[in-house]
Amino acid sequence: MRFDSLEDSLGHTPLIGLPKLSPAPNVRLWIKMEDRNPTGSIKDRAALWMINAAERDGLLKPGATILEPTSGNTGISLAMIAKQRGYKMICVMPENTSPERSQLLRMWGAEIIYSEAAGGSNEAVRHAKEISAAHPEWVMLYQYGNAANALAHYESTGPEILEDLPTITHFVAGLGTTGTLMGTGRYLRERVPHVEIIAAEPRYGEVVYGLRNIDGGFIPELYDESVITRRFSVGSHDSVRRVRDLLDQEGIFAGLSTGAILHAALGIAREVVKRGESADIAFILCDAGWKYLSTGIYEGSLDDAEERLEGQLWA
Amino acid sequence: MHVSTPEIDIRIPTILRPYTGGEKSVQAAGATLSAVIDDLERRFPGMAERLLEDGKLRRFVNVYLNDEDVRFIGSLDAVISAGDNITILPAVAGGS
Repeated sequence: MRFDSLEDSLGHTPLIGLPKLSPAPNVRLWIKMEDRNPTGSIKDRAALWMINAAERDGLLKPGATILEPTSGNTGISLAMIAKQRGYKMICVMPENTSPERSQLLRMWGAEIIYSEAAGGSNEAVRHAKEISAAHPEWVMLYQYGNAANALAHYESTGPEILEDLPTITHFVAGLGTTGTLMGTGRYLRERVPHVEIIAAEPRYGEVVYGLRNIDGGFIPELYDESVITRRFSVGSHDSVRRVRDLLDQEGIFAGLSTGAILHAALGIAREVVKRGESADIAFILCDAGWKYLSTGIYEGSLDDAEERLEGQLWA
Repeated sequence: MHVSTPEIDIRIPTILRPYTGGEKSVQAAGATLSAVIDDLERRFPGMAERLLEDGKLRRFVNVYLNDEDVRFIGSLDAVISAGDNITILPAVAGGS
């Protein structure tokens, strides 16, 4: 496979069967390997689509500065493309994220402004909006409300999955900005009768939910409840357990959010088996495990791993 | 006739613990989520108002029944059985 540039190689990631984790010959799990993107995560899709849209709309002009709240991956993707195209990149990132994310961001030339651990990404979003108001000349692409984020998945992830798995019955992905689920979900629902679109949402430690009041909560502007059919909350214990299952049984090295998604996918698979039905369940591997090695969760007991992740934005 | 329903565990987020005397986990009973919230209100006055608005779950309140978001399984009409557990959390931004 040959491409004119790194950017051109984005997408068209493999969809890989999981013969050992699939519970029955007619209830199959398929993992979409989004770590095979230029910076190693699914966020490359959203980043490329958002930057291209902003250039087309005249928002991004040569030499511009991009500002973005991120817990890591989107910032890393934006930083790589920004550097290639000559933009300056500033990320607002919660301080309770793994050190690899900061190293990778700086490696691609991004500047980092840290936001408080308490309140997690909510706080990063709030802080970025303040900075944006003080610097109207900077361009905030704002992944939580940017239609190009969901469109990236409507135009790439969705078509790729359906082409590789025309018999798909369920699609499972993580719920962060909601872009992956909204875009892929809409694409599949328009073409596959009765397809189920399932969200797996990470359940963090208490510090992340440390809001001052309940009205300080946050729902991404992109989120449209009618696109998904079920939504599960998955804690760090189950996510770590599933990341290890994926390694032990299928040899796949994934990051933590993928563990949460696999947990939801396996729950769905068990239900299908119980009902005596067949299914082809596709789910997303968001990134590989490299960025999470310093958390130490790939070895030792599950309880230790859970403790290490307490208070961390692990997905 | 009063039909008794089993008490189930309910995990309370930090932000609502002033209503439970600081307790992280409390118990309440009811055949549906709506009935459980009524019972919570009886035991911890003021709680229902923080969870509901105009007879619906507040926008920024997420309630999970056995880790599944109740909005996709009947919302306030979701059926509660013995051994279930409920987690209440504020809506926050996820990984990005």
